Amino acid sequence: MNAITTKGLTKRFGGVAAVDDLTFSVPQRAIYAIIGPNGAGKTTVINLLSGLYVPTSGEITLLDRPVAGRSPEELARSGLSRTFQNIQVCMNMDALSNVMIGAHVHLDSGFVAGALRLPHIRRADADLKDRAAELMSFVGLSDQIKSRASQMSYGGLKRLEIARALAADPKILLLDEPAAGLNHTETDAMSDLIAHIAARGVTVVLVEHDMKLVMSVSHRILVLNYGKKLAEGSPAEVRADPEVIAAYLGVAA
Amino acid sequence: MAQLVQFLLAGLTVGSTYALAAVGYTLVYSASGMINFAQGEFIMLGAMSASALVAAGMPLLPALLIAIVFTTLVGIALAKLAIEPARNASIVSLIIITLGAGQVIRGAVQLMLGKGNHALPGLSGDQPLSVFGAALAPQAIWIMAVTLVIVVGLMVYFSTTMHGKALLATSHNRLAAQLVGVNTMGILIFSFALSAALGGIGGVLLAPLTFTSYDAGTMLGLKGFVAAALGGLGSAPGAIVGGIALGVIESLTAAYVSSSYKDAMAFVLVILVFLVAPQGLFGAKTTDRV
Amino acid sequence: MSEKTPSLGLLFLLAVLAAFPLLSPGAFAYDLAIRCMINGVIVIGLNLLFGYTGQISLGHAGFVGLGAYISAILTACFGWPPVFALLVGAVATASLAFVIARPILALKGHHLAMATLGLGIIITIVLNNEMDYTGGSDGMSVPTFSVGYWTLSGDRGWYLLLSACLLATVMAALNLVNSPAGRALQAIHGSEIAARVAGVDVTGVKVKIFVLSAVIASVMGSLEAHYLEFITPETAGFGRSITLMTMVVVGGMSSVGGSLVGAVLLTLLPQALTSLEGGETIAFGLILVVTMIFLPNGLVPAIRDRFARQRP
Repeated sequence: MNAITTKGLTKRFGGVAAVDDLTFSVPQRAIYAIIGPNGAGKTTVINLLSGLYVPTSGEITLLDRPVAGRSPEELARSGLSRTFQNIQVCMNMDALSNVMIGAHVHLDSGFVAGALRLPHIRRADADLKDRAAELMSFVGLSDQIKSRASQMSYGGLKRLEIARALAADPKILLLDEPAAGLNHTETDAMSDLIAHIAARGVTVVLVEHDMKLVMSVSHRILVLNYGKKLAEGSPAEVRADPEVIAAYLGVAA
Repeated sequence: MAQLVQFLLAGLTVGSTYALAAVGYTLVYSASGMINFAQGEFIMLGAMSASALVAAGMPLLPALLIAIVFTTLVGIALAKLAIEPARNASIVSLIIITLGAGQVIRGAVQLMLGKGNHALPGLSGDQPLSVFGAALAPQAIWIMAVTLVIVVGLMVYFSTTMHGKALLATSHNRLAAQLVGVNTMGILIFSFALSAALGGIGGVLLAPLTFTSYDAGTMLGLKGFVAAALGGLGSAPGAIVGGIALGVIESLTAAYVSSSYKDAMAFVLVILVFLVAPQGLFGAKTTDRV
Repeated sequence: MSEKTPSLGLLFLLAVLAAFPLLSPGAFAYDLAIRCMINGVIVIGLNLLFGYTGQISLGHAGFVGLGAYISAILTACFGWPPVFALLVGAVATASLAFVIARPILALKGHHLAMATLGLGIIITIVLNNEMDYTGGSDGMSVPTFSVGYWTLSGDRGWYLLLSACLLATVMAALNLVNSPAGRALQAIHGSEIAARVAGVDVTGVKVKIFVLSAVIASVMGSLEAHYLEFITPETAGFGRSITLMTMVVVGGMSSVGGSLVGAVLLTLLPQALTSLEGGETIAFGLILVVTMIFLPNGLVPAIRDRFARQRP
């Protein structure tokens, strides 16, 4: 059983097919990268997989269950988490609460229960707080546990988003350009983090431009061009594919 | 038939004032993405100051001009004192700031001029003309004519002058406009000045037809906003159409449905329009990239 | 610090509420205290919607007026028991809020501001026009509040009832904001998209908090009507909506304590300004402007941040 499979996935905006008849599969516990030039449709794919867009046609299955057109909230309950290219962090909250909201699907979010501060809510929140602190350490933010989101750096916020996504204990994690805006050192740290996440048994799908990161950490790569599949395979296969080289990687001098 | 024409003319008249107010909102929105909730108070300020000057003995025309200039200056003061310091605040904060500023203007007028109704003589006297069997105050013709001139002037300004294009550029992307050297704060202050002027003009033109008082601005302003929203915020032609349409709908509602609920019509309309087509008649749909 | 502060604040509030009657206040002081408490509860409700969840509502007084007039009409014109009338008012307001919430809350920014404003104004116009029931702009008398044979009259009785209401509301609000539901509210304010992918039913939560804050306003409106024994459509008016908004903004967005501070400050302020016609309007306007420019989050969060920064 694959973590994710798509068949004939298509998304049109007006007359433009951002994603065109795309078929690929992501094995469980793999680190699967989606690469391609700007405008190739990578973020559209992520938005389709995470329920923010409804496919024009085609199928998506998550662990063998069809999910095309399901809302992001439902997908969260099915074990899917994601981060964003343009960070979507709640700057009005503190860092820990940002991570805690990631676990929303596992908690009782009733108003009445909350207003009465029932024992199970108190206990669950206390446990969650400890877990959130652990997650922040895991992503390398142990010194920011008491910070407010508005006080954190760009790199810190990117990692905070990942901690939030992990708080849901997801089976599948979608990372949209996790290395965007990071320098070399931070990118290497991100590479290690992704490997550690996969080592915990999470399937990771990442959209990325940084080829060094992609090639070093991925198990399989999907190359998109103009919304269509250009190539799919191991890093070595993709690196050597002449069409990929021509369209994206560049011919060796 | 003559009755229908009467109602239509009444609607056109008040609709023209709504149109002027609506253009004011559109200008500020275009320059900054913000709604100036003090717009209605500009209208009231123009009318009340003109009325006070006339009551103090000044001849009509100078009083009107001074009132308009005064209102414009208040608009500039508002932009410099309240908006500029908060220029990076959220839209909601800016809405609240303009709300507060509007209250300050309203309270000040109440303080200086009291709560009573004030009158203002019309530009061509008050003898009604006969149009298709209906009575039309000459002031109404002034209102429509001036509105038309202003509208045409604005459209020329936006499409042909560098200044006008700079204003439009600022509305689409402030950062980008700044980067190419547009003085966005100057544009913002200018848009406030212009919309205050428009409000003042609308106020002095309308006051002879209806009495004016310190709280006349609130309803007028809100309806002007409704008109702007109906037509599509950011579209000057939309503002005009929205204003006229609202005036006519209101007048017909008062005539054929219920006169006490005509004021509610504007707000029912705005809720409906927002639910069905938030961008209004002429506005452009926007989508956010994630 | 964040876990302890709610309990400390609550104890402080309890102490203040208990101590106040011991100072032998006169009728005037009691009246002010009662008005502060009524506004305080309404503002906490509005703050949950606006400060925490970020949904601007410029017509909130409309809900206060709805509760007030439904209670007034049912008790004065139809002889209903006040508690029943209050409940009917709450249910009616909840229903209206529920029906209108889903479509309106899909709007944002100035669209939402305008739609909620419009709603409040429509309510005010209806109250002014249906003179047979409401007495129009002249207002109407409201019978005293009674439960069975026991009538609530006199300052001490009202003070006790409203203190209980206030304490209950403060406790519930503090609990709520520190719970998963409360985090969901704030997340919606911070980033609706992030909230959605985290599994928050954004629309459902927005509707719930809108209805909740409307019901709180309605109940307090009913109580206020019985306390004042006379109401006018101004109860539901735009002016009152602005006043309520000012209380939230000044006291502190997303701060329960701030809501109380704002309510108390701005209930007491008009007393200091009664001499000048229009002075009150100017003062409220200036406060709104100055606070939004210099203390955009309100007084209490600003003070809290100042203390937080001074710690090592």
